Parts: sequence; C-alpha cells; structure tokens
Amino acid sequence: MHLISELSAVLATSLFIFALYWMNDPKTARRGVIAGVTGMGVAVIATWIQPEILHHGWIVAAIILGFAVGVPLSRVPLTAVPQRTALSHAFGGLAAGLVGTAEFFLWINEPGGAHITPFRMSALVLEVILGFLTFTGSLMAAGKLQEVRWIPQRPVTYPGQNVVNIGVLALAAGLGVAVVLNPHAAWASQAFVAIAVLATIFGVLLIIPIGGADMPTVISILNAYAGLAAVAMGFVLDSKLLVTAGALDGSSGLILSIIMCRAMNRSFTNVLFGAFGKTQPALTSGEQKVWKQETVEGAFQLLEQARNVVIIPGYGMAVAQAQHKVRELFDALTKRGVTVKFAIHPVAGRMPGHMNVLLAEANIPYSALVEMDEINPEMPQTDVALVLGANDVVNPAARYAKATPIYGMPIIDADKAKTVLAVKRSKNPGFAGIDNELYVRDNTWMLFGDAKAVLADLVKQFGSGGIH
Amino acid sequence: MTDFGSMLFVFVLATFIGLGVIRRVSRLLYTPLMSLTNAISAIAVVGSIVVAGADHPLTIRILGAVALFASMTNIVSGFLITDRMLKMFKKQ
Repeated sequence: MHLISELSAVLATSLFIFALYWMNDPKTARRGVIAGVTGMGVAVIATWIQPEILHHGWIVAAIILGFAVGVPLSRVPLTAVPQRTALSHAFGGLAAGLVGTAEFFLWINEPGGAHITPFRMSALVLEVILGFLTFTGSLMAAGKLQEVRWIPQRPVTYPGQNVVNIGVLALAAGLGVAVVLNPHAAWASQAFVAIAVLATIFGVLLIIPIGGADMPTVISILNAYAGLAAVAMGFVLDSKLLVTAGALDGSSGLILSIIMCRAMNRSFTNVLFGAFGKTQPALTSGEQKVWKQETVEGAFQLLEQARNVVIIPGYGMAVAQAQHKVRELFDALTKRGVTVKFAIHPVAGRMPGHMNVLLAEANIPYSALVEMDEINPEMPQTDVALVLGANDVVNPAARYAKATPIYGMPIIDADKAKTVLAVKRSKNPGFAGIDNELYVRDNTWMLFGDAKAVLADLVKQFGSGGIH
Repeated sequence: MTDFGSMLFVFVLATFIGLGVIRRVSRLLYTPLMSLTNAISAIAVVGSIVVAGADHPLTIRILGAVALFASMTNIVSGFLITDRMLKMFKKQ
C-alpha cells in the first residue's frame, strides 16, 4: 500500500510538471489539462484505497457537492473569470486552514503527542495563517471584482492602517511561536484558535485598501499564498506530492506577481501597503486643454484610409461586452486589406492574461495579439491607434509626471501613432483617478459612448460600403 | 516519519522546476495558467480525504469534509474552465 501511494505520487508530480510545460504554446496547452486531470485522478484514487479510509460516504458526499458547485463555477462568463479565480484561491486557502486546524486538534489530543515536533508545529501554524488569510483575502478580492454592494470598490484607508495590519499579523505570529514552543500547554488550543481568527481578520484588512487597478497583482499574490499554504500542508502531512504541487502553484503566483508589479513599476510592498488610487493629484498643468470629439463617420474614414491599425483594449471593453463587435471590426478592416493588431498591456483587465482570453473568445486569432514590448517599436508607423476602454495603460503622463501614482509605469505608446481614436464611456478619469493626457493631444480624437454601441455603429459604416 | 531536511529539499527543487517551467509559459495563456495551477494545488484533496475518511472524531471529520468539498470544487471548476478557455485559442 505504501509503495502504491509513493509511486502514484511520483507519477502525479511528473504529470503536473508536464501539464505546466505544455502551457508554453497554445497548440499543446490542452494536453496539459489532460495531464493535470490524470495526475489528480491517480493521486485521489491512490489515497482513497488506503486501508485507514473508512468513511467512504462522507468522501462521496463531499465530492458530489464539489461537482455541484464546481461545474457552474466553470461556466461563468469570461468577464467574471477574475472573480472565479479569486474565489478558487479562497477555497484553496480554506481547505488548507481547515485541514491544519483538524490536524492540530488530532495531534494535541494524541496520547504521547508523537506527531508534535517543533518543525511540524511551525509548518502547521504557517499553514493555518496562510490558509485563513488567503481565504478571507481572496473572498474580499472576489467581492470587489464582482462589485458586491457592501464591499467598497475604492480603496479604504485610515491613519495608522499599516501599523494595525502589521500588528494583527505580528500578534498571530507571536502566538504561533508560543504554541510551537509550548504545544502541550493548557492554553495552546485557545492560542491556536486565536491565530486562526487573527489570520482571518488580517486577510480582510489586507485587501480593503486595494483598488481595482491593482487586482491583477493582488490576484497573483493571493495565488502565491494559496500555493504556499498547500506547501505548508505538505510539510504537516509529510506529503512530498503536496509540497511539489504547492510549490508549482506558488512559483506560478510568484512569477505572475513579479510580471504584474514590473508592468506597473511598483514593488510588492507598495502594492500591499501603498493603497493605489487613494491619491488623486490634479494634473492641471496651467492651461486646461480640451478634447476633440469625432463622429462615427469621421472615425470610419480614418480607419478605412489606414494601412495599419493597432487596437488597444482595456477593461472598458470587457465591461461593455464589446469583444464580439471588436471581432466584426477586425474582420471588416482585414477584408479591406488593413493590417490589424491588438496591443496587450500586461495589466490590462482585472487579472493576468484577461484581455487575451476575452479576445480569443471572440475568435480573434492569437497571432494578432501582440505584447506591449513588441508593439511599441511599431507604434510610430501606425496609422490609427484605436484605444478601446483602456486608460491608465496609455497615459503618456506615466513617462514624466512624477506626482502621479502611475509615474514610471511602462505604457503602450498610443500617442506615437499618427492618429489616435479613443473610445470612452464617460468623461471621468480612469481607475487610478488620473486625467489622461492622451485624450487632449493634437492627434487624438475622442468617440464618447459605450464601446459596444460605438463599435456597432462603426461596423455598420463598413457594412454599408462606406458611402462617400 | 520523514525528516524535515528531505521535505525542504523537495520543496526547494520543486520551486526551481516551477520557476523554470512557468517562465516559459506563453504570455497569451496567463489566465488559463492561473486556473490550471489552482486546480493542481487542489491536490490538497488528498490531505482532506485522510482527515474526512479515517476513523477520527466527528468534528475533525466535518472539518475534513468541508476541506474536501472546497478542494473538489477547485479541481472540477479549475480543470473545466482551463479547458474551456484553451479551446478558444485557435490559430487562423
């Protein structure tokens, strides 16, 4: 039996590594899912057939419930994928926290306490802290993304916030050290419960000062935490399989966090403790410039006469559900021999890769999706840059306006295109609360309105053959 | 009982493999990557099965069953949505 579980763990681990390896190309990626499912199946069966498992009914019931909730969760619209992802981080954290709690009470009630070593106790405390803080933190993030009414969207800040946050975490850690040193003390159980409660509170406190523009980074960091919680669980349960799978998840979260932070020119600590979007410095540099509005007919003529067009999508496109209209525009332009590319900023949308998925859903070939670093050198030769619901990621102020929170953030050089068409829902500033200078540039023309409606009108112009 | 040295060893090596493999993941696929790694880390299900299914006191088994439900939800929704998204990446 032991041999079976060891071998199955090795097999599952190898399959998980292959699953991630195949994600390096969209052509092989679906194979990765099959490998992952197979690895999971092998590991579950090998555990289930172990002789110490007696209560099969419980397992079956929990698995059925898991399917009942999991299947609908996998069918959410793609605009809701960020909140589904946050929710699954929450479930991952919850599982780690609960298993950790269960193990703690099993061990301390064991005669002799054979399981209790300082190392395993530390892992247990770490598992519970990481698990529960990931649970509530991710729930908060999911709530913010879903725009649940009683969770404020804008960052909530108060004086001494960081002191309070760090204080709560330090208290949990301090209690953790006390429990590790005195696992058999009469108060150890109470202290342990207090650690779990403090971690739960810390998760909430950690997320309330964070605004929507930071969500791609925060989701990535929570991903890393969820992975680390699984690793800690692996240490507690002596499971190399869990340690490996958790480490894969954790390193993925880490890499994505680094990429997101770099794309916003910010550090981890700044994201977690900086309360992005709280400050709204007015960017009124002397004279107040005004934007120039363009009609749909005018925009049509600009696009029709262009040789190459770069579309820069942002979260506004997702909100307006405009990706299918984008596809129609893409087709209409391509048919006329116009080269169309999409410029994807790493933090466009609400989670890493969000824009790519939305555009892929609309059947736009992924060869037309170009990363920021690759498209920027082409921008000066671009005839029309069409900004679609993107805002901060195209704001030229990021290059020089030191007082703004977006200063230093790499942007897509939309302003360098010969002509800029910007579709914008309202005249309000973006998530970071900063006026966008791009809109008042000489070569920029604004199209105000819902992205979907504006695009539909544009496509109609193409359909009518462009009556001149 | 495994000594913690070898566990730490496994952890460090797995992290390096993870960093190496993830770094090569296509930038197009970061969203499905996240749902895939999420499903994979729901391997915590094996821990939950032991806690829920072994002959433990009732309260412990309830904790285990809830954890098992949470992990199972992640496995099911994680793999299904990853596949659903990957199906959309067609080259023309």
